[in-house]
Amino acid sequence: MDLIVCVKHVPEMAEAEIVVDESGKRIRMEDLVFAINEWDDYALEEAVLLKERLGGSVTVVTVGSEDADDTLRKCLARGADRAIRLTDKAFEGSDAYAIAKILHKAIKDLPFDMILTGAQAGDDGYAQVGVVLAELLGIPHATMVKKIEFKEGFAKVNRELEGGLEEVVEVKLPAVLAIQTGINEPRYVSILGIRKAREKEIKVLGLRDLGLKEEEVGESGSWITVEKMFIPPIEKEAEILTGGLDEIAAKVVETLRARGLV
Amino acid sequence: MKEILVLAEHRRGELRDVTFEMLTKGRELSQKINADLTVVLLGHNVKEFAKRLADHTKRVLIVDDPRLKNFNSEAYQRVLSHLIPERKPSLTLIGHTTFGVDLAPRLAAELNVPLATDCIDLDFEGEKLVVFRQVYGGKVNVKASLRKSDSYIVTLRPAAFEVQEVKPLGGEIVEIPSPLTEDITYKKFIEFFEPPAGEVDIAAAGIIIAVGRGIKDLDNMPVVKKLAEALGGVLACSRPIVDKGWLPSDRQVGTSGKTVKPKLYIAVGISGASQHVSGMKNADLIIAINKDPKAPIFRTADYGVVEDLFKIVPTLTNRILEEKTSK
Repeated sequence: MDLIVCVKHVPEMAEAEIVVDESGKRIRMEDLVFAINEWDDYALEEAVLLKERLGGSVTVVTVGSEDADDTLRKCLARGADRAIRLTDKAFEGSDAYAIAKILHKAIKDLPFDMILTGAQAGDDGYAQVGVVLAELLGIPHATMVKKIEFKEGFAKVNRELEGGLEEVVEVKLPAVLAIQTGINEPRYVSILGIRKAREKEIKVLGLRDLGLKEEEVGESGSWITVEKMFIPPIEKEAEILTGGLDEIAAKVVETLRARGLV
Repeated sequence: MKEILVLAEHRRGELRDVTFEMLTKGRELSQKINADLTVVLLGHNVKEFAKRLADHTKRVLIVDDPRLKNFNSEAYQRVLSHLIPERKPSLTLIGHTTFGVDLAPRLAAELNVPLATDCIDLDFEGEKLVVFRQVYGGKVNVKASLRKSDSYIVTLRPAAFEVQEVKPLGGEIVEIPSPLTEDITYKKFIEFFEPPAGEVDIAAAGIIIAVGRGIKDLDNMPVVKKLAEALGGVLACSRPIVDKGWLPSDRQVGTSGKTVKPKLYIAVGISGASQHVSGMKNADLIIAINKDPKAPIFRTADYGVVEDLFKIVPTLTNRILEEKTSK
């Protein structure tokens, strides 16, 4: 089973201090810590698990700058066999649609049985790339995938719906499956694995190598263009309880007591 | 006459709320650009839905086909990629739901119609369509414009709009012959699957202590468990905790988990992504504990505590136990 996994190198948000830069269209990236997109992390693990069970190969592909090599090397250390980075000045400003077009050119002539992507990215959250890619490749897809059973010629997958419900669908292969978090337990990378991965080559391809035209990518090839970024307006704000630990605890208990909750 | 289409969403015999939210926004936009608001209803034996929807709009288009009985992105795409070029709507609204995300990007790519997903608002500025979205885990909002086009597709985030009731409009119901000629071959719906229920139903709980990513390690879970015990509440969580396998999925609060409305909800180490907030925002009293003062959860909570949870939660637990023994 030959698998391709599309990954993205994104800033971690959980405890990050976010500042919109002077352009007003981007956030300041300098002080942020980058890592593999959380959803892609599960997609990669799923691909490696499938390879371990069924044989074959795992190729990781990303659209990004040289910095994304960190994420690609981590993927190689985790069990991917090959890594491809798609980098070009012209790719900057690409939305999900343009990214899917770039990936399509890089993937269309590779052998594959299944392409896995994350269901969405933690930064821009479009949740589009895998689905558009499937359309461009003319192959089936399923999103929000929580379970994959591989059958002859098709995959039986569980899609996560709202409210704890799932639906089971059969998807003809080859297909694109967009993976939801929690489908598996991504493994940790051993030091040895990381060391070994340093020796593996990362193939870098640009606009011309992919046979793309400038107007097909970047802002001109996108559906959507960011006009402005801003910190969300505060509609309602919690009353912040301040003081030392004991003081805060006392205030909380007071609030609860007033409502008969303790 | 211009037209705005709203794709009705239904599952297991029920119209989904997002349909009415889209109708509310769609109505406002249709008045602004002087367009008809039309609902597109795909399904099988869905006349009852059509009648209900006709009270909200002037026109309901039904395509009835057994192949549309359950949502199937392939079947839906084939119908809509026939319907949209024919009617040339200025805008098609689809829910940013697990159905919408499976359908809209592919449909837009096939038709080469600009698409914006997961929008919390949108507006026509002249001919230009602008959308508002949340990025970076809800910490930043974006205003973006779509490439100029005669037709757009937008997926709307569920619960982003409050449904406005209207006087029953008694719109016309128009049945369109199904454009599906061939069988659906790529994708087959098999069944719904409901994970078995656990011993605790968090939706019925009066007091919920919910834990999120901030707990960092499985070994730290007793910190919040003790608080839940002290208050006589049940332990729930946000998505990452279930993804890691630290609590079973029936303890998850949010879009993909349960919707709860307890008397008290204490969110511990939860940042407050919209998927979580939509499941708990209607709790009577919300207290959030998070060390990041900019965490979006503080925009939903009534009271906030900006502190290291590992310090404040044990202190609070002890204080509650003291309060109880002193009674």
